[in-house]
Amino acid sequence: MKPVHVIEGRGVPLERSDVDTDQIIPSDWLKRVERTGFGRGLFSEWRDDTTFVLNQPQYAGASILLAGPRFGTGSSREHAVWALMDYGFEAVIAPSFGDIFRNNSSKQGLVTVQLSLKDVEDLNQLVKDDPSRLIVVDVERLSVEVPDADWHRAFVLDPMTRERLLGGWDDIGISLRREDAITRYEATSVAPSLVGVFDREGRAR
Amino acid sequence: MPGKTLYEKLWESHVVVAPEGEPTLLYIDLHLVHEVTSPQAFDGLRLNHRGVRRPDLTLATADHNVPTEPLSTPISDPISKRQLEALDENCKEFGITVFPRGHENQGIVHVIGPELGVTQPGMTIVCGDSHTSTHGALGSLAFGIGTSEVEHVLATQTLPQQKAKTMSVSVEGTPPTDVSAKDIVLAIVGRLGTGGGAGYVIEYRGDAIRALSMEGRMTVCNMSIEAGARAGLVAVDETTIDYLRGRPGVPQGDEFDDAAARWRSFVSDDDAHFDLEITLDATELVPFVTWGTNPAQVVALDGVVPSPEDVHDSDERNTVQRALDYMDLTPGTPLRSIPVDVVFIGSCTNSRIEDLRAAASVVKGSRVSDGVRALVVPGSRRVKTQAESEGLDQVFLDAGFEWREPGCSMCLGMNPDILTPGQRCASTSNRNFEGRQGRGGRTHLVSPVVAAATAIKGRFASPEEVSA
Repeated sequence: MKPVHVIEGRGVPLERSDVDTDQIIPSDWLKRVERTGFGRGLFSEWRDDTTFVLNQPQYAGASILLAGPRFGTGSSREHAVWALMDYGFEAVIAPSFGDIFRNNSSKQGLVTVQLSLKDVEDLNQLVKDDPSRLIVVDVERLSVEVPDADWHRAFVLDPMTRERLLGGWDDIGISLRREDAITRYEATSVAPSLVGVFDREGRAR
Repeated sequence: MPGKTLYEKLWESHVVVAPEGEPTLLYIDLHLVHEVTSPQAFDGLRLNHRGVRRPDLTLATADHNVPTEPLSTPISDPISKRQLEALDENCKEFGITVFPRGHENQGIVHVIGPELGVTQPGMTIVCGDSHTSTHGALGSLAFGIGTSEVEHVLATQTLPQQKAKTMSVSVEGTPPTDVSAKDIVLAIVGRLGTGGGAGYVIEYRGDAIRALSMEGRMTVCNMSIEAGARAGLVAVDETTIDYLRGRPGVPQGDEFDDAAARWRSFVSDDDAHFDLEITLDATELVPFVTWGTNPAQVVALDGVVPSPEDVHDSDERNTVQRALDYMDLTPGTPLRSIPVDVVFIGSCTNSRIEDLRAAASVVKGSRVSDGVRALVVPGSRRVKTQAESEGLDQVFLDAGFEWREPGCSMCLGMNPDILTPGQRCASTSNRNFEGRQGRGGRTHLVSPVVAAATAIKGRFASPEEVSA
């Protein structure tokens, strides 16, 4: 995962609430075994509609998605994060997020910024007034700014997520540094092994 | 010191290390794997030259996109076929037990865990699927994870986790006889909303929950995620122990009694403190149907389609209007007058043997209404075999239902079982999102008996209307 410090980009106002992960990437797209190419499937149920906001030329190339309340609820599919990132989004700003989606995002380097509903609506308006406006999401200082409108807000990220984004750390690498502790735990653990339960063909013994 | 909740007991018994200022590293006792959320995780292991730490605590099955046509039918979708092959190859390479299409233990991952007895009280269980919450019905901490986390568990058998808040949802009293576990959980999701459980682990309590069978408790825990909660729990009692006795994954004989004695400790203490407590009166529950495009949009089967006019909040009013537009429904329409095109009985919510028995008892001797396509997709091969030994397949076939091979099927439309645009479906599954069952499809979530009655009547109906 690449380190993320500051994201500077244009925004696109989605203006829909309860956009679940089925909407972000429909299940058709989940059959792939690759990790790339999901951007074409992003919001694909809506992309045929020429009035859909991502199809509007003034928002082409935007890298910050301004979403509505409860963005990313529903299915745990990480493909939703891959699709957003593959499309070119580096951050999502919303009043609230689905838990699993937010967690998945932090593991891929997609920055999720939670602001109040009022703040997100303000940002939507600023971007609609002038789609070329730059939004700056600073993970180091935990701030969102629209410099040319003199608009800034602070946001909260749990310290671990912030450090991981800044350092570009791989979660598995971090946990494997605790391998001794894992081995010690296993010596006392009662997790029943499946080896005695199924034979080599997977039939119950 | 106050007592502990079940969640706290499960959490504390699985802490590997809890470093100051960092998430706790939690040990995972059972990792369930399926074809859709795992290929990229196995790829990640290979890329980083990592192995699977505990293949003996990992179990895989094909479920999400297996066709439910007869096994002799080749898989028509080359991408699905490739994904199923990838699961087999990955499991072989890393030494993981796998149940491919056609295997005697194959089925929906959340059906086979409990039925094989590999889901046990006191465990931590994860799977790359949000309905992993199902397994909490057996007093285990079970939650869905994303593909990066699947890779993490494969490599380390642990997960870094933040402790959740605890919520008690008590369903008190005896529900009317026509109210099923599905109606109970639809009522809970309707009450909490799709985000009300976010950040919480829910423990379902009260005499209405205690009175449910294990399969009913699984239905309730299954839909925890529809209220935003990653995990749902039911404390262990004799119903749990009796359900597990004799299943392949549990100890046998005296060893079972020793295990059961340990399992009985997985209950919340009487003086445990919950961060939030909610109570529902079971006597007021009725059969429910969802009318909209999220599972919290529920209405009584006896009720009418709601009106945006009745909603005060403008954002919420727009959401209601949008849902009505998508569902092509007019406010004030009685639910019982709305015709359906398709009836789907299946999914990790409602595809177990008791669900099939209940549905079969409604359709027995009747015929599916003209023009309605009705499918039954058993949750697993074991469920299918059991149902056939009881003659349930013949009851469904005689009534004009399709009797299919096990899998996730029309719950999420990854295999060929999908709705066509505009079709309306009464479904025993868990999500009524736009396009979930096929692009442009309109899903109404119901219990197995309401689904069965609806198939016979061709419109939303209760079982009494069929027998009348």
